[in-house]
Amino acid sequence: MELEPVIGFEVHSELKTKTKVFCGCKNAFGDPPNTNVCPVCLGMPGVLPVLNRRAFELALRTAIALHCEISERTTFDRKNYYYPDLPKNYQISQQYAVLGRRGYLEIEINGQTRRVGINNVHLEEDAGKNVHPETAGARYSLVDLNRAGVPLLEIVSEPDIRSRDEAEAYMHGLRSLLQYCDASDCKMQEGSLRYELNISMRRPGDPLPDYRVEVKNLASMKSVLRALDYEIRRQTRLLEEGRKPARETALWDDAAGETRTMRSKEGAQDYRYFPEPDLVEVHIDRAWMERARAELPELQHQRCKRFVEQLGLPEYDARILTQSRPLADYFEAAVRLHNNPKAISNWIMTELLRVLGEEVEPDDLKVRPSHLARLVGMIDSGAISGKIAKQVFPDMLETGRMPDEIVREKGLVQISDTSALESVVAEVIAENPDVAEDYRAGKDKALGRLVGQAMKKTRGQANPQLLNELLRKTLRGE
Amino acid sequence: MPSEKVTEADVRHVAYLSRLEFNADEIQRFTHDLNNILLYVDKLAELDTSAVEPTSHSLKMQNVFRDDEVRASLTNEQALANAPEREGPFFKVPQIIQEP
Repeated sequence: MELEPVIGFEVHSELKTKTKVFCGCKNAFGDPPNTNVCPVCLGMPGVLPVLNRRAFELALRTAIALHCEISERTTFDRKNYYYPDLPKNYQISQQYAVLGRRGYLEIEINGQTRRVGINNVHLEEDAGKNVHPETAGARYSLVDLNRAGVPLLEIVSEPDIRSRDEAEAYMHGLRSLLQYCDASDCKMQEGSLRYELNISMRRPGDPLPDYRVEVKNLASMKSVLRALDYEIRRQTRLLEEGRKPARETALWDDAAGETRTMRSKEGAQDYRYFPEPDLVEVHIDRAWMERARAELPELQHQRCKRFVEQLGLPEYDARILTQSRPLADYFEAAVRLHNNPKAISNWIMTELLRVLGEEVEPDDLKVRPSHLARLVGMIDSGAISGKIAKQVFPDMLETGRMPDEIVREKGLVQISDTSALESVVAEVIAENPDVAEDYRAGKDKALGRLVGQAMKKTRGQANPQLLNELLRKTLRGE
Repeated sequence: MPSEKVTEADVRHVAYLSRLEFNADEIQRFTHDLNNILLYVDKLAELDTSAVEPTSHSLKMQNVFRDDEVRASLTNEQALANAPEREGPFFKVPQIIQEP
């Protein structure tokens, strides 16, 4: 039986604001526990939330970038449930008049563009964090409410994703869009971007299955893909045995590499949403929409086009460099300092992409755009050869020192002095009379062997162009 | 008009969701009271509201915002001052055994 997965995502992204969504406490990761808290986000009686304009504008911008229909009147609602990280016993969210609906994200699969539907985009507040005590066997939990009230954007996709590759493309695409909108820093390891998966299996062409498994606790994109593989195998096996997988919510156990059913709680899904009486409606009129559209930052495809048209990069380079905004920013910062886009692109694509990944962002690198620009500048001015640059680069990555400094310290400066190279050239010709004779007899390739020998003698420091020229001249007896 | 809109099972369910415990007498009394309240509210349905715009709020106001500027938070000591239990800088709560 040929089955295909039916996959959808719920993505939570913390917005990049200075303060929380309904109070003036700092929105920051890693501060001492329970220090960015006030009566509003602690849920004390009688306090009133006031909406953060910046948070709302970032949410609106993202909804527009996702091609959503924007509600002219949008409202907030209370979602009621009990959990220790939720001090008010309700979360302020949006249910009845959400900010954006019926949008889409374009993803590219095997050179073809596909649209993944966005069901809705809405603004809500994050909950606090439960911490497990360090004491072994402790039968209690600890709560840090610094995160309670941090603005959170929820992006709910339609179940339009049909393969693991599409799921991966969707995650990368959405992350890139959030970064280009400057809406979130998208650090999964800090929880500012969180994916929840829902998945079922069906025969292609069948209607949507009447069950689905929701998977939570996915700490990285890698975990999402592993959980996806696991569920596809598990559900396929059940269906092949003629059994139907249960509709359930499961937690991904990364260490065990499997999903675990969460104990179902009677009535747990009954959130009794009702309009938040402490917040008034937000009306978005035409003038505001026009302003928001005009202020939309340059998005990935636009930047890619500009890199090709203005900087003369090949399409392939431009696409890779613009996949993430921090990388594109890095590249442009280097190009501003040294105008050789293609050479800088080559260095990024060969040397930097090797060390960058989900855990390492361009901002984390010790090699800053100014370092890279300087390195390429030194090659272009003939101060060092490309070969020496490659020798210097690992040191730059590790220490964050300027290439000039490393080159000087290691004595790697290129020899561009004719008199210094003349003696080397004479030596090489004297030591390799046969090769020299071959060249004189018209075998141009023989020159390369002599260049190689000379390079060896100068430990790669000879200026290759000058060396070539000197060898040719000497051999021709000029 | 049906007199039994709210059943005793509904009341028990709502009580559970609100983490409230009631005895059998109370369940019966609240069922009765809630039905009466709903009957009373039904009177509003007699009004013709076809020409009235839907509203989500009693205040005729919209777009109330604050600027994204940091204001002083409480100190950790102040934040924990009313906590029934604490450990170091944290609130201490009964062991959490499952996700919400």
